[in-house]
Amino acid sequence: MSDNKNDIAIKVSGVKKMYKLGQIGGGTLQADLQSWWARVRGKEDPNSKIGEGERSHGKTFMALNGIDLTIYQGEAVGIIGSNGAGKSTLLKLLSKVTAPTEGEIDIYGRIASMLEVGTGFNPEMTGRENVYLNGAILGMTKAEIDAKMEDIIEFSEVRDFIDTPVKRYSSGMFVKLAFSVAAHLDSEIMIMDEVLAVGDMAFQKKCLTKMREAAKEDGRTVLYVSHNMNTIRQLCDRCIVLDKGKVIFEGGVEEAIEIYLGDIKEKLMHNDFTKREHDPWITADIKILYLDVLNNSNNIQFGEKFEFSLEYECNKSIKNLCFRITVLKPDRTPVGTTTSTSFECTEGETYKRSFVLDTTQIAPGDYIFQIVAFEPDNIGNQIRHDYVPKAVAFSIYNKDQLHNFVWDSRSWGFHVMPELKEIK
Amino acid sequence: MSSLQSNYEKYHTHISSKHKWFDLKLKEVWQYKDLIWLFTKRSFVITYKQTVLGPAWLFINPILTSLIYTFVFGGIAKMSTDGLPQIVFYLTSTAIWTYFAGCVNKNATTFTANAGVFGKVYFPRLTMPISNVLGSLIQFGIQFILVLGVLTYFVITGEVHPNWWAFSLIPLVLVHLGMMGMGFGIIVSSMTTKYRDLTVLITFGVQLWMYATPIVYPLSQLGEGTLKTLLMINPVTMPVEVFRYAVLGQGTINYLFLAISWIFTLLVLVFGIMIFNKVERTFMDTV
Repeated sequence: MSDNKNDIAIKVSGVKKMYKLGQIGGGTLQADLQSWWARVRGKEDPNSKIGEGERSHGKTFMALNGIDLTIYQGEAVGIIGSNGAGKSTLLKLLSKVTAPTEGEIDIYGRIASMLEVGTGFNPEMTGRENVYLNGAILGMTKAEIDAKMEDIIEFSEVRDFIDTPVKRYSSGMFVKLAFSVAAHLDSEIMIMDEVLAVGDMAFQKKCLTKMREAAKEDGRTVLYVSHNMNTIRQLCDRCIVLDKGKVIFEGGVEEAIEIYLGDIKEKLMHNDFTKREHDPWITADIKILYLDVLNNSNNIQFGEKFEFSLEYECNKSIKNLCFRITVLKPDRTPVGTTTSTSFECTEGETYKRSFVLDTTQIAPGDYIFQIVAFEPDNIGNQIRHDYVPKAVAFSIYNKDQLHNFVWDSRSWGFHVMPELKEIK
Repeated sequence: MSSLQSNYEKYHTHISSKHKWFDLKLKEVWQYKDLIWLFTKRSFVITYKQTVLGPAWLFINPILTSLIYTFVFGGIAKMSTDGLPQIVFYLTSTAIWTYFAGCVNKNATTFTANAGVFGKVYFPRLTMPISNVLGSLIQFGIQFILVLGVLTYFVITGEVHPNWWAFSLIPLVLVHLGMMGMGFGIIVSSMTTKYRDLTVLITFGVQLWMYATPIVYPLSQLGEGTLKTLLMINPVTMPVEVFRYAVLGQGTINYLFLAISWIFTLLVLVFGIMIFNKVERTFMDTV
């Protein structure tokens, strides 16, 4: 990232995009003429619904409601947000598929946009013919495509089928070929909307590597929209979170993902689970009521252990009740799991027990944990009596950084293994 | 890296909510000339793939149409053909009308038919109508070979005397009709994004238009009077007559009306491109 003005690849200022709600225009000329004639005579519009005044004409929806963004050259930026947040609309505006209602966009460099894989592919035409057509649609000249043809075929892994009509292709082959064309464009900016959702794992990995290379080595700018947080993590070095047509966050990937997933449970010392509905797959013979943090706060220092008390109600006598705790990242990536010893409980009683969770090997960061109350039966199954998906949120921080490094979970993981010792 | 750096500076796109009406964006269309050609090729490849007769349909259609016209208009209605053999008269007229009608009809659905592609990727939308015109042109070329074949026979028998020098005007006629057809087509297609009714109307309208154009009868048939003047105002009449003058040696050319038709064509085309470019910006939201 740089503040240098010359490094800007995309600048979006004050962009709004309005959509009309409901059926647009009515679709027939007759209805519109009727409405127009009624208005001319000062009569009531026969096509307006009963109970709706003139204001209903102004029923609109702001898909983007004032977006300001600057994306710098060579950045790999992820755009995340829930469905309807405006991600695709933003990409559509950037790739000139539709125009903004308000605002200005400046783009420096050519854009290769893949809002969908294989757009413009014609099933009747062969793979090779489609490469030419698709390449041309994406803005390449025939000479450029000729020069890249070998690379495209090589990357796509469908060499044997390149002269077969694409209607005979499997969906995987189709995607591979389509991606290859887009990936070999001579463009400075690449826009991708969830295109990697298809194709096998190996190819997905290849695509991500290719895009990462494009950003890191070639200095191309990548804009990537996905709901798959892992691909976002692998590819992007900055993230934008959209919500209801606005940018709500701009910055680090991990933080952005946490904000998007909205799972950042408030860090409470006293957690009350009494008002919740039971999942159908638990017996509800045990009811976990409260969890209280026994440390001074929910922020514990690296190396410290997390202590808490658990209060639960027993609705049926159980001989060997166990608790299982799974520590998760806020996006529910599991970090580790532990199980308690077994306890006996009697029907009608309420218990309060204190536990210590050894968090000394968990890397600094934000976490939550889930609790399952279960009973191992004779045949090796677990009967689940209760389940709290988000029991408590806590953070681990370290005052003295580990050898002066800020822990980078993305590349180092969530587990701080014990010190590497020399064998004497 | 350094070339990439300079490319960042070289290509600058400005997208604004404000639309410039008089920017026809023709330069951009030229950059995509390869795409125009590929679209043209595609429509041919697709039309005749998995058909038994393949491109032979290009001959069968005009022959059948001309035979029917010969039977209905020449045989039953006994309409004049300026003393020309009926089959060559109708074949010639059909060829030029099919070309014009193709330019209008194919372009009338540009937006609705390509919504899928247009909604996902940007390229100058005008490439599509232009490739449609090129497609019709190629189709015309093939039909014209047929016309020439039949014509040769009648020239040898001495029944037809073409004005060979006027053949040089044919490309001009084709450009004229192509531009007019495309202009009309894209205006209609711009309106179909909102009113689907027009798609139905246009096919019907083009058919009616044919009867208001001297296609199945010669202009000379109408004598002098209001009817003839009305027909001359029809912008398609003059180019058709020029074409017939060249190929069949018979045609009524009025330079005033020819000039009017040209002016009209240019206006329709420029207006068409303007409205097309305007609609293209946001049609995905309404189509």
